[in-house]
Amino acid sequence: MSGAGQSAVRRALSALRHDPLAVTGSVVLVLLIVVGVAGSWLAPSGVNEVDVDRMLQPPSWSHPFGTDELGRDVLSRVLIAARVSLQVGAVSVGIALAVGVPLGLLSGYYRGWLDNILMRCMDVLFAFPVLLLAVAIVAVLGPGLLTAMIAIGVVYTPIFARVTRAGVLSVREQVFVRAAVSVGASDLRIMRRHVLPNIAAPLIVQTSLSLAFAILSEAALSFLGLGVQPPDPAWGRMLYDGRGFVTEAWWLGVFPGAAIFLTVLAFNLVGDALRDVLDPRQLTVSEARRSTG
Amino acid sequence: MSDPPVLSVEDLTVTIGTRRGPARAVAGVDWSVRAGETLALVGESGSGKSMSVLAATGLAPRAARVAGRVHLLGTELTALSPDRRRRMRGRHVGFVFQDPMTSLNPVLTVGRQIGEAAEEHLGLTRRAARDRAVELLDLVGIPSAAGRVDAYPHQLSGGMRQRVVIAMALVCEPDLLIADEPTTALDVTTQAQIVELVADLQRRLGTAVVWITHDLGVVAGTADAVAVMYGGRIVEQGPVDAVFARPAHPYTVALLAARPEPGAGGGDLATIPGSPPSPLDLPAGCAFWPRCPVRGDARCAHELPPLVPVSVDHHARTFYRPPREDA
Amino acid sequence: MNAPDVVAELDDLRVWFPTPAGVVRAVDGVSLRVRRGETLGLVGESGSGKSTTGLALLRLVDPTSGRVHVAGQDVTRWSRRRLRGLRRRVAMVFQDPQASLDPRHPVGASIAEPLVVHRLTDGGAARRKRVGELLDMVGLRREVAERHPHELSGGQRQRVGIARALAGEPDLVVLDEPIASLDLSVQAQIMNLLRGLQRDLGLTYLFIAHDLAAVEHMSDRVAVMYLGRIVESGTPAQIWREPAHPYTAALLSAVPVADPRVERQRRRIILSGDIPSPIDPPSGCRFRTRCPQAREDCADVDPVLAEVDPGHDAACLYAGEAVRAMRTETAG
Repeated sequence: MSGAGQSAVRRALSALRHDPLAVTGSVVLVLLIVVGVAGSWLAPSGVNEVDVDRMLQPPSWSHPFGTDELGRDVLSRVLIAARVSLQVGAVSVGIALAVGVPLGLLSGYYRGWLDNILMRCMDVLFAFPVLLLAVAIVAVLGPGLLTAMIAIGVVYTPIFARVTRAGVLSVREQVFVRAAVSVGASDLRIMRRHVLPNIAAPLIVQTSLSLAFAILSEAALSFLGLGVQPPDPAWGRMLYDGRGFVTEAWWLGVFPGAAIFLTVLAFNLVGDALRDVLDPRQLTVSEARRSTG
Repeated sequence: MSDPPVLSVEDLTVTIGTRRGPARAVAGVDWSVRAGETLALVGESGSGKSMSVLAATGLAPRAARVAGRVHLLGTELTALSPDRRRRMRGRHVGFVFQDPMTSLNPVLTVGRQIGEAAEEHLGLTRRAARDRAVELLDLVGIPSAAGRVDAYPHQLSGGMRQRVVIAMALVCEPDLLIADEPTTALDVTTQAQIVELVADLQRRLGTAVVWITHDLGVVAGTADAVAVMYGGRIVEQGPVDAVFARPAHPYTVALLAARPEPGAGGGDLATIPGSPPSPLDLPAGCAFWPRCPVRGDARCAHELPPLVPVSVDHHARTFYRPPREDA
Repeated sequence: MNAPDVVAELDDLRVWFPTPAGVVRAVDGVSLRVRRGETLGLVGESGSGKSTTGLALLRLVDPTSGRVHVAGQDVTRWSRRRLRGLRRRVAMVFQDPQASLDPRHPVGASIAEPLVVHRLTDGGAARRKRVGELLDMVGLRREVAERHPHELSGGQRQRVGIARALAGEPDLVVLDEPIASLDLSVQAQIMNLLRGLQRDLGLTYLFIAHDLAAVEHMSDRVAVMYLGRIVESGTPAQIWREPAHPYTAALLSAVPVADPRVERQRRRIILSGDIPSPIDPPSGCRFRTRCPQAREDCADVDPVLAEVDPGHDAACLYAGEAVRAMRTETAG
């Protein structure tokens, strides 16, 4: 991104430091990423190490999160599944960003028939429930992680297209855009240099919130057996498998559930804080002057 | 001139807490306005001209700390409870703000908006309030008032909207009308209409008017007395003729010279270097010192000059004493 | 006198905008010429079409009919791509300097934009040097290039806007209300700066404003617009001393003078009502609905600009006469 984008990010980071909730969220996210990268090393035992002598053990020193119905260590599975969840979040939101933002830019900047066609397509996509769409894609590609990521990415594309378009519509009416046109800047330059940096704030916020929801969606898909296939661990899948043992083995559902909860919460905290930091312009001298004039 | 002032302000100070520290928007300001009289508060952005009036009438923002004494019709306003102050203000003071579009509620008819104040403060029924609205629209020169009373703000032109705002301000026959840059958003020919309208209403109703503006031409045409503000303080005040004919503060002198004189041709204009100071960061002595072309006294840099008499009722905040003409 | 060197010319320009309420005739038959080295003042109230006229010179709006000539070329039908080149020739300064600078970029980047877009400098060092020179020209310190718009005062921001306009060494600078949103003490600075730059660089200005006193001060010639038309044009002295169109006379009489004695003695010509809708302008003379001197034939005949004195034109059937009658009436 441009230099201005970087300075906005720097400003945001320095402001985030003073917000305890944002700091908490960020710390949790960093830990999650560490776990996602190094989960298989951190895990005390292998992900699919079956131990029939230790089925459905409650949490203990040797198995802090207990064991499941096949005697597998729940802690290890939760840690290793972090990678899947983060990967799903990153890839699906990445797809949505890569497709949605350019579509929204074109739509909002040129408007007219292009806008009409693109936005009606987005409406159609948007109207599909994520699960229905996933089922349809699964029917074509077969179930699996990739399918889940594509399905979620497709579902989030219209959201990014809409957020981008709304931002473009207001920014393109700003005088500084007209000023750029007046010095002869090309459309591409105006979109890249003037429009995109000025809609970065809502996009960053939307990204962090969508990451959280994407992880939830993956859990839902895996829960229905449309995402990650057994025996690979995924938080949603584990939740699904644990549902039969709610009364006698609560730990099967609680720990993956807590992991989902923490991750979503962390993304939400950071997203909310980013919205606060990026949205209202920092109080400037001229604003202070105007409010006292 | 023995009748008591409608509104008087003594030693008014307004400090606003901001993220970047306290902003001293108004510092030790005194002025008063009598029935039938127009006081113009003149200044640039950040001079404190609007804030001093908002604070005096209890409309300062929540973050503002207001100190000083304010008397409205002899009642000390700062001693009243917020609720009594609100009622007193609603009954005796009318406001006209700069932008008529944002002063009006877009989803209510103009008749309802004018009538609301009449219902609230005069206890009129809805029907009587509507009749009062028609009467007022007629008073402010809106043609076929009975037909326009059910119009929505967006159906009126800018000038008509400002007339509606003035009608709203006049509902309770206020003793005081506060006009905060009421013509700034309007075209010149519409401005002339509104200036004429306010002058005419004042003659007929005997209202006191505080006119806040940055336009010296408007001041010359409307005011009896003028107070020039800079950096939160009054730097010069007095009868309008005296201040315009014999300005004593270098800021007033410079302001009068900075305006292109109609018909004077195109030489370079006298300018004041720099821009008005921020209330967050005011100089130690005279706030105008950093931009002052005169700098007649070395003390100005560190010491606040006192308001000294120049002639009858005419004061200027300066150490520098220009030669007196009447001496 | 030699044939004047015309930098830009509008010939019977019409700019109509379709809206849900009907077709807005923002500019409805305007012809004007801007000569090299002069300032043409364009004055009018809101809805007069003065800003749209300025935008048409950069082809930032599409003409409905008529011709736009810039530097001897007919640019009326140029493609978007070709127009980008035109926009080096004609630059614009906007009313609100805060809004016209991208808040995300340091102002040096805004000033450099024409240089980058038109590849006028080789490499970053040359570009920074040129930005520095431009900042010098408009009276700002070179370090200002690193600042963001919100860190500057209104006057400084407008200086940046002027520096950006001058970066491409344009033939014509369109100044659209360049002082309207500035403090009074700063307005004079900007007016002096613009005049100084014109002297030093031989610039050509189209100065658009609603402030008659400022236009008179800045301009060599003045054109007064009303409801999409030029109703009077001439030198500032001609317009000021002997306005021939009743609208000009009313406008002049509405301008407040900063002298209480003058103000008290003045008899204003107060126009009734507001400027009519440009969707449905009055028949005949557009000003007749508000003209204190309107006669019967004003509703039938659409007056054209005709010479009242050498270099002084007015579009009124009773040019001169009507104004004299108005003045006697208000005086009596």
